[in-house]
Amino acid sequence: MPPLLSVHGLTKRYGARIGCADVGFDLYPGEVLGIVGESGSGKSTLLNCLAGHLAPDEGQVIFDTRAEGPRDVLQMSEPERRMLGRTDWAFVHQNPRDGLRMRISAGGNVGERLMAVGARHYGDIREQALDWLGRVEIADERIDDRPSAFSGGMQQRLQIARNLVTGPRLVFMDEPTGGLDVSVQARLLDLIRGLVRRMGLSAIVVTHDLAVVRLLADRLMVMKDGHVIETGLTDQVLDDPQAAYTQLLVSSVLQV
Amino acid sequence: MIQVEDLAKNFTLHNQGGAVIPVIEGAGFSVAPGECVALTGESGAGKSTVMRILYGNYLAQAGSVRINGIDITRAEPRDILALRRETLGYVSQFLRVVPRVPTLEVVAEPLLALGRNEGEALDRARDLLTRLRIPETLWSLSPTTFSGGEQQRVNIARGFAHAYPALLLDEPTASLDATNRETVLSLIEEAKAGGAAIIGIFHDLDARERVADREIDVSAFTPRAA
Repeated sequence: MPPLLSVHGLTKRYGARIGCADVGFDLYPGEVLGIVGESGSGKSTLLNCLAGHLAPDEGQVIFDTRAEGPRDVLQMSEPERRMLGRTDWAFVHQNPRDGLRMRISAGGNVGERLMAVGARHYGDIREQALDWLGRVEIADERIDDRPSAFSGGMQQRLQIARNLVTGPRLVFMDEPTGGLDVSVQARLLDLIRGLVRRMGLSAIVVTHDLAVVRLLADRLMVMKDGHVIETGLTDQVLDDPQAAYTQLLVSSVLQV
Repeated sequence: MIQVEDLAKNFTLHNQGGAVIPVIEGAGFSVAPGECVALTGESGAGKSTVMRILYGNYLAQAGSVRINGIDITRAEPRDILALRRETLGYVSQFLRVVPRVPTLEVVAEPLLALGRNEGEALDRARDLLTRLRIPETLWSLSPTTFSGGEQQRVNIARGFAHAYPALLLDEPTASLDATNRETVLSLIEEAKAGGAAIIGIFHDLDARERVADREIDVSAFTPRAA
């Protein structure tokens, strides 16, 4: 089985400063990769380079496309990359406002993604939107409400529904549970885990929350100053960290 | 089924002056299918450390651990995950789950992860929870709210949901009453009869006597202070 995503030598500089340097990894279908590190470690830069929001200076991001097999996303034309972003890829932003259209209804937010890939039948679109609102535990009668009338946790769940409705194969998540109450976080984690398993998704999750990656990620990448300093099985990296920085990171977490 | 050769482990504490603490040296043993081996040795001898290396939770500095032919000390994360899904089970002393997930699903999860049919997985989970006397009224609740003994039993139910060919048990009978202890011991005996290779830590001497075919004293692998 070929990797779904294969990244080689990815480097992004901001002038003389390093965003991320020489990052490489393979992600296989169904795998969840966690990227952890403190603010400024380069994890968000890396995620944005992978997802095509930022242009890296060097490297390759090879995605196993449905139609043509492995292709370097960085060499694709802009329309091709945008199409990928609407179909096989999804991006869940930390702030749901960045991933939602706040002026259209919840149902419209989900339906819009479907229309972008060619759905035209109103009844079908509304039915699929309802199905997805149900999956992310948003009540049917809220379908015509705007997301601005939703709580933060509901907005985040709506953003996930909007992203997953087209059946993507790879989901990028930037601090998906950041800024939410702890009780809401647990609910969202449970939801994401269930969706990942049932849909066989692969995901790359950037977070500074080690508890989140322990429950969500199969593998972990630890970043510091733009460099990957440690990788491995999630529980192994957290329970037997090798690098000095990872040891510090893990031992700094308050135990509950 | 399980072959350990010349295993060594030390911890390097980078944030405490780079102290290097050797904990295991020259560990070697093997466990055949249908055999149960008890790790013994006083507290701090390294029993749990050995278990964790065997599960791929701790890295080893030297040596190898072959489980069903795969060297877990060198395998890629995804191969270790596949091994843990299909071949290698581990019942730790603590239950670690996503809050909010109902007990029934927590127990059925290893089977669902293997792609088993949902009905079959849930039936197996109900059967185990019944045998371990978790009242049916609790099945739809998250085990995070349960008492220590109940959590321990949910953890055991989960560990035995799939018939792993290799099984690691860390004090499976600790904090259980006599009836539940009996159930756990029969689960272990059934797994043995089914051909599982089992390694266990049992502080409960009668339990060890009953299920273990032989003992391995881990203090033989404790590095002597130079």
